[in-house]
Amino acid sequence: MATLPHRPARRGRSPVPARGGPVGPAGPAGPARPGTVRTAERGHALAFWLFTGPFLAGLLVFVYLPIGWSLWLSLFEARSTVTPTEFVGLENYLTMLSDGDFVRSLGTFTVFALFAVPLTFALSLGLALLVHRIRFMRAFFRSAFFLPTACSYVAASLVWKMSIFNGVRFGLANTVLGWLGVDSVAWLASPDPPWYWLVIVTVRLWLQSGFYMILFLAALQNIPRVLYEAAAIDGARPGWQTFRYITLPQLRTTSSAVILLLLIAAYQAFDEFYNLLDKATWGRPPLVYLYNLALGENQDYGLGSAGALLLALLICLVTLLQGRFLGFGRERDA
Amino acid sequence: MSAAAGTGRTARGARTTLGSARLYAALVVATVLFLVPFYLIARNALSTDADITGETWTFFPTDLQWGNVRELFDDPAVPFARALWNSLVVGVLHTAGTLLLCSTAGYGLARIPYRHAQKVFYLVLGTLMVPAAVTFVPTFVLVSSLGWVSSLRGLIIPGLFSGFTAFLFRQYFLGFPRELEEAARVDGLNHWGAYWRVVVPNSLNFFAAIAVITFIGGWNAFLWPLVIGQDQESWTVQVALSSYLTAQTVNLHLIFMAAAISILPLILVFVVLQRWLVQGVAQTGIKG
Repeated sequence: MATLPHRPARRGRSPVPARGGPVGPAGPAGPARPGTVRTAERGHALAFWLFTGPFLAGLLVFVYLPIGWSLWLSLFEARSTVTPTEFVGLENYLTMLSDGDFVRSLGTFTVFALFAVPLTFALSLGLALLVHRIRFMRAFFRSAFFLPTACSYVAASLVWKMSIFNGVRFGLANTVLGWLGVDSVAWLASPDPPWYWLVIVTVRLWLQSGFYMILFLAALQNIPRVLYEAAAIDGARPGWQTFRYITLPQLRTTSSAVILLLLIAAYQAFDEFYNLLDKATWGRPPLVYLYNLALGENQDYGLGSAGALLLALLICLVTLLQGRFLGFGRERDA
Repeated sequence: MSAAAGTGRTARGARTTLGSARLYAALVVATVLFLVPFYLIARNALSTDADITGETWTFFPTDLQWGNVRELFDDPAVPFARALWNSLVVGVLHTAGTLLLCSTAGYGLARIPYRHAQKVFYLVLGTLMVPAAVTFVPTFVLVSSLGWVSSLRGLIIPGLFSGFTAFLFRQYFLGFPRELEEAARVDGLNHWGAYWRVVVPNSLNFFAAIAVITFIGGWNAFLWPLVIGQDQESWTVQVALSSYLTAQTVNLHLIFMAAAISILPLILVFVVLQRWLVQGVAQTGIKG
């Protein structure tokens, strides 16, 4: 590339140089050396598309195109075909909203999120506080809690279903209950009592807590020590008081990011439900339901697309609301 | 006075010792709970079915059944070796492609002063709002109309364009010291040259961290491989494992051997690359 003039001093966040003005035949309104500026502009444009072009093309084809296609399909009757003929307007959406199973799947999600999000949050923060406070063998304990992140949901579901919460007597949970003189429990086989929630939520706790613990550990290390020293001088007792008035407020940014990530992850729950509950008619979150609807026997792409879009809309809504309440994003990019 | 100070110190010391004893006790209990599933996988993988389903709980198999490995790979019902190979190919190509595409895109967005850059950035940000798992139905429709069902292309390509990873790279490059690139530019390198010869070699830690996280994500992915893998030849390890869970006949020792083998590569990655991984997760978390 040819020699370049002084590059705009502004950071990449708003890469539009103030002196750029309308570029084109009219030429930039910049002060000196307009010709060089124009060449530079062209050079930047070329470089920009060289860098982002391939990614952007893929994004358009594999993300935006499917979304658009989905919108289109959701307005049609489209069973086992992607070239639909009969336009039905919003009927698919109404069908989905009045479909008891779909609405129930949203309820399933809500119950799941109500347990999984706060528990994972509390456990990962608790582990981080413990690991943060010790000096010896910190790396060992951190690794032990982080290691389950290496496990897939499928492998974890397998251990939970076939070994720990196996409904027969040789399952670990039932063996321990047996030692205590309690009868075996059929953990996954029945929705009443809903023991399957215990199985589903503990899988997620085990797999995810270590990951979020790392986030909290990093944030804990960034809290300035002087804050604790000042608090000690002011007579704050170590323990609950310093946690409540110093640690927790200092973790605010990380906490709201973690809650957002947990909520999004909860919405996308599929693997453990699919593998643990298989053909059971209870405990079906939206994605499992949509999977069966669109890729099961009926291959109903029209209804499936409508359901997917409703779900996407709901997720965006929750994300925005959560951002409102917890101020996520306020400090991002700062 | 000195005696008082002395007892004070001892009392405080004793309190700290007691406190940390409790702390370590809690940590040990939690560690045992966290490691139990790994113990169960190993125990069951090397047992006979009779050992696993026995009336009394055996903590360790009486006789380690290493033959279970051979039996797993010889089982004609599930092409497990093929699935391992598929997962490896998918994991490696998925990681390489993601790194290449997302890092260059992130760099372009962060560093090249181009007037439409902001609009492109909004297009990338927009995809962060759309949960990837929700688009699986239309993406399947698209991929099947391309004829990519049950192929490695179909498994890999749609997953390469992660708005989130590009966003992480952009955030990282925004914090990259500008002086290094400017020196390179003064020396006559263009954007492309500065990127490959100066920026990338000085960012290997971050690339490695993202690579590890991406590989783990690719290896453990389930929903998309399940959707795409419509014939056994294109199954990944996770789909193969899942097929055991929903199968009619249950050979517990084989299932657990398969699970053990599916986890082993990642455990190795974890142990060897621990530091990068922790660093990477911390970075992604703070900036995401």
